[in-house]
Amino acid sequence: MIAAAVLNEWYPVAMAAMVGPWPGRATTLLGHDINVFSEGDKIIVRGAGGDLAVTLAYGHVWACPGTPAHDLFPVPEAAQPGRRLVDCGAVRVKCSPLRAVENFLDIAHFPFVHTDVLGAEPHTEVGRYEVQIREDSDEVWATKVHFYQPQAAKSAAGGIVTEYMYRVAASTSAVLYKTCPNNPDEWDVIGIFVQPLTEELCEVWPWMALFDDTTPQADLIQFQQMIFLQDRSILENQIPRLLPLDPGKEIPTQADLTSIAYRRWLKRKGLTYGAQMVAA
Amino acid sequence: MKLYDYVLSASCYKIRLMAALMGVKLQTEAVDFHPGRAHRSADFRSLNPAGTLPVLVDGDLVLTESTAMLVYLARPEWLGQSAAEAAQVQQWLAFSARLGASLGMARLHDMLLYPGDIDAFRRAGVECLRELDAHLTEARFAGRTYLVGDTPTIADIACFPNVALAPDGGVGLDDYPSIRLWSRAIRALPGFIEMPGIHRLHELKPAPEAVPPLETLL
Repeated sequence: MIAAAVLNEWYPVAMAAMVGPWPGRATTLLGHDINVFSEGDKIIVRGAGGDLAVTLAYGHVWACPGTPAHDLFPVPEAAQPGRRLVDCGAVRVKCSPLRAVENFLDIAHFPFVHTDVLGAEPHTEVGRYEVQIREDSDEVWATKVHFYQPQAAKSAAGGIVTEYMYRVAASTSAVLYKTCPNNPDEWDVIGIFVQPLTEELCEVWPWMALFDDTTPQADLIQFQQMIFLQDRSILENQIPRLLPLDPGKEIPTQADLTSIAYRRWLKRKGLTYGAQMVAA
Repeated sequence: MKLYDYVLSASCYKIRLMAALMGVKLQTEAVDFHPGRAHRSADFRSLNPAGTLPVLVDGDLVLTESTAMLVYLARPEWLGQSAAEAAQVQQWLAFSARLGASLGMARLHDMLLYPGDIDAFRRAGVECLRELDAHLTEARFAGRTYLVGDTPTIADIACFPNVALAPDGGVGLDDYPSIRLWSRAIRALPGFIEMPGIHRLHELKPAPEAVPPLETLL
C-alpha cells in the first residue's frame, strides 16, 4: 500500500521530445506499469486504472498517480532568455530514488568520485554552509556552499572556487544553482529528475538550463552523463539499499547537513517510498 | 587524428585509453549516442555506413572497427613480439567482440534501457569471465601479468573496458581474483586514463599535501 502523500506527488516519466504514439514509452511508476504516448498534440500517461494527471515542464513529462497535492515546482530560470535548455536522457540506476537525489545533494564525494573534474585531492574541504526547510515554498535549501573545482563546467577553463545552492524541489527532484563560468551575474541551473520505478530502481533524467552559446549540445550532454555515470556505480553499492530516515546505521558529519534536512523533510511529509523507516 | 566519441561507450574508451598510453593526442568530437541516437543519423552514416561508434579519422584514413584502431595506434611491441604472439593477440581481439555482445549489452540494457534478453547477456558474460580468469590464472602461475607475452598488448586494451564495466550490467567481478589483479595492472600503466565506471587507483597518487583553508581561496 503506497501512502497517499506519495501518490499525490509529481514524477518525471519521459522526455517530452521523445514521446511517440501508442504504445509510446512503456515504463513503470511506483511499481505500476504505465504507457506514455502522444495522441494528436496531447501527451497521455495511461495506467491499468486509467489516465494519470499530466503536466509538461522543463523538457519532461510529469505524471501524478493520485490527486495532485500542488502544482509542479517552479523553475523560473527555464523561461529566462539566453539560457540553453538541455535534456540529457534517462539513465537507469539500481538504487532507491531517494538515494539518487541524496547523492546529487552531496558535495563531499566530488574529489573522490569526480576526480579532476568537480573536485581534486587535496582540496577536499567542504566549507560551512547554511541549510533550511523553507516554510513558504516547502522546500529544502542549502546555500553558501563553496567548493574548489578543477573543471566546474564544460565551459570552465581552469580551477575555481564554485559557489552552489541546492534545492530539493520535490520528493524525487532536486535543482542546483552554481557559479556560471561564462556569466558571473547568473547561476547555471542543473536539475535531476528521478522517476521511481520501484523502491530500489529508478531512472534519472538530468536537465540543464545554462548560459553557454558555444559548446555543442552533444558535449554538454556527455559532460553531464559522464558526471552522473561516475556516481552510478557508487549508488548501486550503497547499503542499506533503502534510504534510512531515522538515525542509526549511518553517522552524518557536518558536510551532510543537506542530506539530514532532506531526510527530515521526507519523514515529516510522509514521502517514504524508497525509504527505510525502522532504525537499523 | 580525430575520434568520433561517446563518453560512456566501452569501445570509444578503448581508443581513448590506447591513445593516452601511446602518448598520442586525439581530437574528440562528441556524438549524441544517447538520448539523440545521432550515430544512426544519415549524416553520420555517410561517414560510417554501419552507424556505429567509435570512428577514427586520420587524413584520408577512416577506421570504423575499434580493433583496427588499436592496431593503428599501437607501437610495434604492443602487437605481439613473435608470429605466435601476434596470432594470440588476434585470438583475444576476437574474444573482445564476445565481451561486447554479452557484458557490453548487459550494461547497455541496465543503464541506457537497451532492449534484449538480460539473463542471456549475463550468462554469456559470466562464461567469458570464467574463460578469462582461467587464462590469467595460468599466466600468473607462469609469472606473467598480461594476456599475451610478458608485456601489455592491444589484446589487454581491447578486453579490459567491457570486463571492468561488467558491474554496470549487474555482473560482479568479486569471483575473479586474477581478473582483478590484471585490472589493477592495467590501471597502473603509465598514462592510464579512466572513464565513468572505471576508477583510477587513488592509492598510487602521492600523499596529499597540506592546502590552505578554503576561505583563503575565495
